Amino acid sequence: MTVMEQRGAYRPSPPPAWQPRTDPAPLLPDPEPHRVLGTEAAAQADPELLRTLYAHLVRGRRYNAQATALTKQGRLAVYPSSTGQEACEVAAALVLEEQDWLFPSYRDTLAVVARGVDPVQALTLLRGDWHTGYDPREHRVAPLCTPLATQLPHAVGLAHAARLKGDDVVALAMVGDGGTSEGDFHEALNFAAVWQAPVVFLVQNNGFAISVPLAKQTAAPSLAHKAVGYGMPGRLVDGNDAAAVHEVLADAVRHARAGGGPTLVEAITYRVDAHTNADDATRYRGDAEVDTWREHDPILLLERELTARGLIDEDGMRAAREDAEAMAADLRARMHQDPVLEPMDLFDHVYAEPTPQLREQREQLRAELEAEAEAGQSPRPEGALR
Amino acid sequence: MSTVAVRPATMAQALTRALRDAMAADDSVHVLGEDVGALGGVFRVTDGLAEEFGEDRCTDTPLAEAGILGTAVGMAMYGLRPVVEMQFDAFAYPAFEQLVSHVSRMRNRTRGAMPLPLTVRVPYGGGIGGVEHHSDSSEAYYMATPGLHVVTPATVADAYGLLRAAIASDDPVVFLEPKRLYWSKDAWNPEDPAPVEPIGRAVVRRSGRSATLITYGPSVAVCMEAAEAARAEGWDLEVVDLRSLVPFDDETVCASVRRTGRAVVVHESGSFGGPGGEIAARVTERCFHHLEAPVLRVAGFDVPYPPPMLERHHLPGVDRILDAVGRLQWEAES
Repeated sequence: MTVMEQRGAYRPSPPPAWQPRTDPAPLLPDPEPHRVLGTEAAAQADPELLRTLYAHLVRGRRYNAQATALTKQGRLAVYPSSTGQEACEVAAALVLEEQDWLFPSYRDTLAVVARGVDPVQALTLLRGDWHTGYDPREHRVAPLCTPLATQLPHAVGLAHAARLKGDDVVALAMVGDGGTSEGDFHEALNFAAVWQAPVVFLVQNNGFAISVPLAKQTAAPSLAHKAVGYGMPGRLVDGNDAAAVHEVLADAVRHARAGGGPTLVEAITYRVDAHTNADDATRYRGDAEVDTWREHDPILLLERELTARGLIDEDGMRAAREDAEAMAADLRARMHQDPVLEPMDLFDHVYAEPTPQLREQREQLRAELEAEAEAGQSPRPEGALR
Repeated sequence: MSTVAVRPATMAQALTRALRDAMAADDSVHVLGEDVGALGGVFRVTDGLAEEFGEDRCTDTPLAEAGILGTAVGMAMYGLRPVVEMQFDAFAYPAFEQLVSHVSRMRNRTRGAMPLPLTVRVPYGGGIGGVEHHSDSSEAYYMATPGLHVVTPATVADAYGLLRAAIASDDPVVFLEPKRLYWSKDAWNPEDPAPVEPIGRAVVRRSGRSATLITYGPSVAVCMEAAEAARAEGWDLEVVDLRSLVPFDDETVCASVRRTGRAVVVHESGSFGGPGGEIAARVTERCFHHLEAPVLRVAGFDVPYPPPMLERHHLPGVDRILDAVGRLQWEAES
């Protein structure tokens, strides 16, 4: 039996009177974003989960600060910070099982690190010594993806392939509010719904696509509403409420794992920093707006809850900060070491075997490097020629 | 030698057979595209595959080329070997970003950790009376993208062999199928398909001493015809069928040009920025002291593909090829 048959695919019956396959009502997002922290629902939250989320948020905030500092020290070419969005980043990684896959966008280094990728390897792209610094299969994390939304169909294809093989794998794909305008967003969601692929799409609506506000990006009631048009559920969540994001994503992952198909989750959050260190956010938004969101900070919200319920004390918070400092010190120390560059690597992974044309060009570069070395023109930090 | 009767088969049948044999030999081979299921593709190349292997192995996708190729990337990331059908050359353009930004460079981005063994089949070229957007020669775009192999068959046997090689390759291959050759017939025994040379080898289709016609895909047959007609003019032309544009077989091409001392590159694609410029430059760089004349190009004009009633003026034909051969400075020899 094929996947199409299993779920009773829609077939127009003559005469072609179109009937919606799915009742749209249950697919519609609630008008208000789902919240847990500061509500009665918080009492049901697992204290251990809340403490884990807290430790990760504090680490994540510190990671963003350290990476931004590294751009100023010339150690990173650029860093798109996710400060203010740590709840989404962390929850996206923590809801996944070992065998699941994460498909991050370029702003999702934190999620990649929270999934277990080495913090230095996760920054290779932004340091510029190679594009992807980790083996995607080792942690089941796709390369950080710069062209917007183009990794979403990959998540769908991978999840579909896993399902065809009978493997228990869910793919979680991350995209921003701007990315929802891309054609690949539309095509990925459509394919996922038609194939009932086990995928969760997480849109972090952080208010801006570089400088362009959401109002210029969409006329939809919410980004989560877009799900209905594809025949999948849309969920709206407070993206700064780590417990709520975790709960909504975990539900969507469970739903996908059980064969229920994809879900679109819109997490409403805010990009507190500029787009990257190269951006000037004062040209398109005021400080007052940023200050409002600082009041609704993900760490603040969780800290308030943990403290109110006596789940953490000053020592616990200090321990989280110290752990984050240790991570930052290690990151700093390792990022201040010059990477070992191998110019000849340029030709190694274009094809399984270099073409005759690439072999010629490789010899050209080798000769240039040898001439440089002989002339003593280059300190050659790149390591020995092979 | 095989004793099985060799009957004429069409290129489309050979391609179908290649897909079927590849799917039978390897469970990870999946075919996906528009209308590839019950219909068997608009050119019937996937005929019978959904029936034989099921819809999960030969899948009618939603009508969205970027989505087709993008999901195929994910399938390849998980270890499948997708074969994607783009319905027509000009309908493949929405998938261009996936091809350039991901398909061609996933191996490179990940330092070899994540190769993408996928094949993109693209029916291409003119000569079938197709209306607008159905006859493009898009090979130059693909050739200009590092990380892709670009191959195109000119014979029934090569169609089978090259497609098997493309599907077996651990690199992404853009497999260009000359539309007007789909119904061309050759004596070919599907029960005993000749082993194919690795992707990247050109072949001398016709030996000659006067000049070399360097060509590929739909223009090979035209060049063969031109070579026959040239005998009346006293020219004995050699015809080299490239088969693979990337990697490019400098060795076979240059060996031929060094023998003949003259060369014309023939293709349907436009001249400016087309494959012929690259080929002429490579030949000139490597064979300068053997050349009796500049390497010439016979190509489509640099115009948007013409409406069907005008396409015969656009496509390189025998006369245009012979005119070019006539301009190869023969007077220097007399």
